[in-house]
Amino acid sequence: MTAFTVNGRAVTVQTEPDTPLLWVIREELGLTGTKFGCGIAACGACTVHVDGHAVRSCSFPLSAAEGKKITTIEGLSPDRSHPVQKAWIKEQVPQCGYCQSGMIMAVAALLAEKPRPTDAEIDAAITNICRCGTYQRIRKAIHAAVSV
Amino acid sequence: MPPSQFRKLTRCALIATIVALVALGTVAMGIATAQDADHRTQSQNLFLQMAAVFQSPRCINCHPRSDYPAQGDDRHRHLFNVSRGPDDHGAPGLHCTTCHQSENQAASGVPGAPDWHLAPLRMAWDGYSPGELCRALLDPKRGGMKPEQFVDHFNTVFVVWAWAPGTDFHGVPRTVPPISHEQFIAITKQWVATGAACPK
Repeated sequence: MTAFTVNGRAVTVQTEPDTPLLWVIREELGLTGTKFGCGIAACGACTVHVDGHAVRSCSFPLSAAEGKKITTIEGLSPDRSHPVQKAWIKEQVPQCGYCQSGMIMAVAALLAEKPRPTDAEIDAAITNICRCGTYQRIRKAIHAAVSV
Repeated sequence: MPPSQFRKLTRCALIATIVALVALGTVAMGIATAQDADHRTQSQNLFLQMAAVFQSPRCINCHPRSDYPAQGDDRHRHLFNVSRGPDDHGAPGLHCTTCHQSENQAASGVPGAPDWHLAPLRMAWDGYSPGELCRALLDPKRGGMKPEQFVDHFNTVFVVWAWAPGTDFHGVPRTVPPISHEQFIAITKQWVATGAACPK
């Protein structure tokens, strides 16, 4: 049995402890905003926050979530008012959108640590993959989020 | 015996004794020097076996001279632009622990151990010969330790991980250092006992 909070809600699950958190979030808790992309922590589509830090949930065992505060895209803000969400809408970043929840969570974690990241810092932190190639709009939106 | 003859004999005996003692001392010193040399050579050879562990990809990939870790047995640059970051724990927003957890993940093939991070630059090992590596390990300015501290350090979870590195995302087991952890510890103890000498 593993107990933790998701988006401020206390939850207890009985899934096998080595199950990736991503599957618990999606299949057990029904929070499908977090996506499965590669399953090997390479693409970042499954990014969530664990105690405020970006984590690729496809490679994060449920056992490690014990007592932790998990935030998914659904819990980033109650009304899409997080600066990153606002900037994403303003810059019309997504194309197909599949990677964007992970992208937004990664950027939110970056800005929490580096409120005004340089392009180099963005390159170092945002390694998520977007097959639509929206990278330029993503960069523009990150800079826009700083001033939202 | 007349007193003069007795004194002469006594002097001779004394001189003979001194000569004998000096000769014995010289022989003893010679033996000790030879033994010291033997110990030093033995110690140096033991370190060569230890160096093969330090230079294995499981260890040296995270002791780079660069600002990024290496991956795989071919020691290629870590994918995804992963970087050292300001505190050797990755870039702000993309810490090592974004992907690497406290244990290997069978589902994703991502390796893990507690507090996954890069060795600091002062502990960079790549490009070093065994002798240079040995001197770096013993140099306090380069993160070195006293010889008696090595065995404890080599038994920490992070070091022991090298012998249980899990499988990659294809399910293929990662290679491990050329000698077992038990052998590594035994050799380290012998190296320390023989004076922790470094190869040239």
